[in-house]
Amino acid sequence: MVRNPSANRAQFRPHDHPNDSFLLTTVVGSYPKPKWLNRADELVEDPDSKFDESDLTEAHDDACRLITHEHERAGLDTVVDGEMRRNEMVEFFAERIDGYEFNGPVKVWGHNYFDKPSVVEEVSYDEPWLVEEFAFTTNVAERPVKVPITGPYTLGFWAFNEAYPSTEELVYDLADLVNEEVEKLVEAGARYVQIDEPALATTPEDHAIVGEALDRIVSGIDEDVRIGLHVCYGDYSRIYPEINDFPIDEFDVELCNGDYEQIPTFQEPAFEPDLALGVVDAHTAEIEPVEEIKANIRQGLRVVPPEKLTISPDCGLKLLPREIAYGKTENMVEAARQVEAEIDAGEIDLDAPLADD
Amino acid sequence: MTERVAATPGIYPLPDWAKETLSDLKGHQKGDLLSGDEGGEIAEAYDEVRAEFVDDQLGAGLDRVVEGQGRWDDMIAHPLTVHESVETGGIVRYYDNNNFYRDPRVVDDLGFSGDVAAELEAAADLIDGTDVGDAPLAATLPGPYSLAALATDEHYGDESAFQAAIADFLAGELEAFPAHETLFLLEPSLVTDPPAEGAEERATDAIATVADATDADVVVQTSYGALDEKLYAHLVDEADADALGLDLVAGDREDTVYNVQEYGATDSVALGLVDGQNTLVEEPETVAERVEWFEGQVPAADFEATYLTPNTELFYLPENKYRAKLSALAAATEVLE
Repeated sequence: MVRNPSANRAQFRPHDHPNDSFLLTTVVGSYPKPKWLNRADELVEDPDSKFDESDLTEAHDDACRLITHEHERAGLDTVVDGEMRRNEMVEFFAERIDGYEFNGPVKVWGHNYFDKPSVVEEVSYDEPWLVEEFAFTTNVAERPVKVPITGPYTLGFWAFNEAYPSTEELVYDLADLVNEEVEKLVEAGARYVQIDEPALATTPEDHAIVGEALDRIVSGIDEDVRIGLHVCYGDYSRIYPEINDFPIDEFDVELCNGDYEQIPTFQEPAFEPDLALGVVDAHTAEIEPVEEIKANIRQGLRVVPPEKLTISPDCGLKLLPREIAYGKTENMVEAARQVEAEIDAGEIDLDAPLADD
Repeated sequence: MTERVAATPGIYPLPDWAKETLSDLKGHQKGDLLSGDEGGEIAEAYDEVRAEFVDDQLGAGLDRVVEGQGRWDDMIAHPLTVHESVETGGIVRYYDNNNFYRDPRVVDDLGFSGDVAAELEAAADLIDGTDVGDAPLAATLPGPYSLAALATDEHYGDESAFQAAIADFLAGELEAFPAHETLFLLEPSLVTDPPAEGAEERATDAIATVADATDADVVVQTSYGALDEKLYAHLVDEADADALGLDLVAGDREDTVYNVQEYGATDSVALGLVDGQNTLVEEPETVAERVEWFEGQVPAADFEATYLTPNTELFYLPENKYRAKLSALAAATEVLE
């Protein structure tokens, strides 16, 4: 059953918000790393260089501060550090969870590889994964900080399973660990957590496993904490309306890339969680004009009313040139503010949001 | 007495040094992948990779040596993606895996290419020249049914003509191969996207066209689970295979045993015994037990040979585990002696 998104949404509304309506603006998480950070990552591996681990930590801190502020400058209501400390979405967590080991890179396609880890024994929780990262970011941010976490289904199915009779059982154990991490993040002050499950898009028939895993993740988490789920690049009709039964506050989708052809999927039956709608494409290197993004936002109003609509890019922006990522984010916020003002002025018919006023 | 043969259908993971060297030399994008006319440093790197693959297999003690197919950027679609009558389209999913290949769009007559024959010549020379060990060469090709299923036809016009053209193309390539003891024809699509009812014979005809073009023993290797029973019966009777390769790791192996009990078998059989998609390395004793279990289920069948193989290609694995799997297969034949 869906959580209670209206119980936690208001805390993200800035005190000086200019409009009565409020479309919560956010990002999925990843953001292009500054070039110098990539160089720093390489330099620390070079035995001839004096650049060491503590220098790298400083570089990561600097990059997190920079991107958090860049998100604030773009006007976002909730910000992320751009995942500057993370290398890859499975590897980063597998390095922190006992039970995983790495054997080396495997092919994805052509000469693109992924250090696919193996689960060699029961997974267990050791040190917190993200609490330090969150504490740092929240300390430098003036806006609330969202924490993206790779979900247990993806952490399980994008690894080799050597230890569990079925990968489903591995996923449930991982979900219990994610629950432990979310509890620690909440203790540290986090109020917005997003579970990323890209693996569900390739095997939508497994939605019940993801639902069960989410039940475990949110166990004991108060309703003032907002729990989002992000699933990208898939055929949503294969997991809808099942996601209405997931214990989440918000479902984050990538639809700009497909020109909103899948919107009707979500119209019947009624969409229960809040909708976080991708309104800029994460894989085109052109900045969408504000007017175009406003039209995209109106697509979301076909599914949910403004008080249940969150505005976000399609996916993480990390593969874009940085100035393009910034331009998209800035225009996205501007478009959201303009649509809010138009709703306030009664210029948008919420029953027929695509119609001209 | 059944001969036990440790072998693999190839398509190995590049050694880590080669992953790095070749991605530096070639690049990461779609347009940077092999077109078959590489030279210079790229060709030299692949020569080194091939030599490593040959030594890996002889060192492990396999009974057949494959070229290893390090150049096959697009896995079993490779013979088409490097063909001059083929344009490569978008990146598409490779079966039900988190792997992708370039969609080969066939736009003209599929004439002789010679790409695979050339790499097999090089492998045969390496086997002759090395003192690591000795074993005969095995060739690898995609089966015509799967290759047609993975490709897009923009030239031949209907499915039947396309499948036949692919079969003729593969048969033509095969005729140029150096001497080889065994031919592996990889046919995963027979399990994942089986021919429609009534179209089975067209598929088995296509396979027979290729199988008949060599004097070697032909193994038609299937993957990702059990074959549909009717299709299985067609393959046994019509594909001219010396051995059908059956996946005993993925899916329900009881279904496979049922097929063999009910419809008989080819003279020899290939068993997918080690998991090509999991880093857990099977003990040789476990592999041997699986062979005995299978043979015990079909006591009436007296196989000429049982091939001990992985259930899929091995490129899914990191390089240390790929080598360990080769050793497990070779050691299992010793357990069975």
